[in-house]
Amino acid sequence: MKIVVCIKQVPDTVEVKIDPKTGTLIRDGVPSIINHDDKTGIEAALTLKEKLGATVSVVSMGPPQADVALREALAMGCDEAYLVSAREFGGSDTYATSGILAAALDKVGYDLIITGRQAIDGDTAQVGPQIAEKLHLPQVSYVEEVVDAGEDFVVVKRQFEDGYHIVKLKTPCLLTAIAELAEPRYMSIGGVFDAYQKEIKVIGFEDLKDGLELDMIGLKGSPTNVYKSFTKEMKGAGTVLHDLTPDQAVEAIVKKLEEKFII
Amino acid sequence: MEFGYSKEHVLLRDLYRKFAETEVQPLAEELDEEERFPVETVGKLARFGFMGIPFPKEYGGTGGDYLAYAMAVEELAKVCATTAVVVSAHTSLCAGPIYMFGTEEQKQKYLVPLAKGEKLGAFGLTEPSAGTDSSMQQTTAKLDGDEYVLNGTKVFITNAGYADTYVIIAMTDKSKKNRGISAFIVEKDTPGFSIGKKERKMGIRGSATCELIFENCRIPKENLLGREGQGFKIAMQTLDGGRIGIASQALGIAEGCIEECVKYVMERKQFNKKIGQFQNTQFELADMATKVEAVKLLVYEAACEKDAHRSYSHLSAMAKYLAGSTASDVSRRCVQLFGGYGYTRDYPIERMMRDAKITEIYEGTSEVQKIVVANWMGLK
Repeated sequence: MKIVVCIKQVPDTVEVKIDPKTGTLIRDGVPSIINHDDKTGIEAALTLKEKLGATVSVVSMGPPQADVALREALAMGCDEAYLVSAREFGGSDTYATSGILAAALDKVGYDLIITGRQAIDGDTAQVGPQIAEKLHLPQVSYVEEVVDAGEDFVVVKRQFEDGYHIVKLKTPCLLTAIAELAEPRYMSIGGVFDAYQKEIKVIGFEDLKDGLELDMIGLKGSPTNVYKSFTKEMKGAGTVLHDLTPDQAVEAIVKKLEEKFII
Repeated sequence: MEFGYSKEHVLLRDLYRKFAETEVQPLAEELDEEERFPVETVGKLARFGFMGIPFPKEYGGTGGDYLAYAMAVEELAKVCATTAVVVSAHTSLCAGPIYMFGTEEQKQKYLVPLAKGEKLGAFGLTEPSAGTDSSMQQTTAKLDGDEYVLNGTKVFITNAGYADTYVIIAMTDKSKKNRGISAFIVEKDTPGFSIGKKERKMGIRGSATCELIFENCRIPKENLLGREGQGFKIAMQTLDGGRIGIASQALGIAEGCIEECVKYVMERKQFNKKIGQFQNTQFELADMATKVEAVKLLVYEAACEKDAHRSYSHLSAMAKYLAGSTASDVSRRCVQLFGGYGYTRDYPIERMMRDAKITEIYEGTSEVQKIVVANWMGLK
């Protein structure tokens, strides 16, 4: 089984700064990490590798600096890494990104694709499902457990707010991982040295242009227009009312809302 | 001259830190309090490659270098000096000499499981009357047929009782003095080999420090390490490498103290101000941070020179001397900045101060380091 994990390098901070002119993230000076959900996906893939003898590839779309995230994935035990990177890809929204990644994944080959649920910088949770749609693959998002897996199938537990589904899928398919799926392992020291011996294969626009048109990618190919991006203003601490009966609590809340002319 | 880490070392630092903070720090206080050896951590250390960092892959190691090893000991020592010395004694003092002087068979049999962390190593040189004057070896090894017969007692042996493989220094020909000393590999459970008294120590209390007793302990003659009479040289070269490990441990303790202290002085308020806002606190910590940075450069220089196969014994002696005395000084001054709370066991700083002192003593006292440096300067 060939497992491909899509990872994103994200800024390691809750306070993401945004360029007010372009509406995009300022990455300079902010330490970068592998997006948490994606790292969970790596762990799930490596666990399957140990169980089934699969190979695990990692794919990341991003600037050349994303190399570090791919090295870390290799040092965790992934077999090979691809960096999808080209000037033409810059400014892509989730729609364009998933198109580029789908084309790259077609080139790399796969039986099982795992992505994180969502990235901490964009929080859209769109890229994974969009890749599946573009590749015409069955998908399960919000996977919290891989219950079983074999050469041509996986059985997974999909999380819902009020329950779960157990779903069996035939491969090829796509899963999106949530934090509950796995606790990512550390890199190993030997793995770090190996990671820098390996080549990271770069997939550029030229490599994918059979399946991609210039107007499908980058800013041009992105239907999302960022109207305005801003950092949320800090609000004062909320008021907590203690030791009230349910009736008293309702009364207190209604009174507050009336005071502020909300109701 | 270039200052900067390679990409591998940057990634390794990240791994070491996460591992130390998640797996090692939570146990540090308990190991000290209960004088308990961190058995459970050794397995985890092995799994991620900590027990064989500077050895090639064909011998079970990670294929890393001495700088990577020094940084690992440093990061572990920042949070737990006990755990750091388990790794250091194992790597530098046991796996190290087998790698440097062992035959291919010895490397396959002993180094591979040591470097993989399947086996734990220790080193026995010091005796009740052979400390700094290590040439006064009373332990004897006599060849009898196909076996050497060992008799004598070693003291203050790190990892004793938990180690599987011991590199033991013993006298094979007393008439030849230093040139009559040899090195051997002894397996635990060899008849005639037993563990004696466990020391009750001031610091690094989770580390096992015991006597080794040899009473007609027979080992196969293939377990001679190097040649007969080469033991003193093996011991000295082993300690040259070991000192980088202990210097790294001392460096880590000092850095850990400063990290703890900076946290504390930015919380603790007196006279309506954080004590970190007072100039005395700032000057103290600035002075300590400056000295620790200088120590770091010296420790890393020694490690890099060893990696480059250039002469480094004077550098490892300088590094250990300066790192040890700095760790002691910094930890004591940090306790002072903590004030009364620093003297209690509610904060880790008193443990770190107790742990720091040993780095001026073991694997060659500070005074021995100065002898090595003076000799290197031609002062004989």
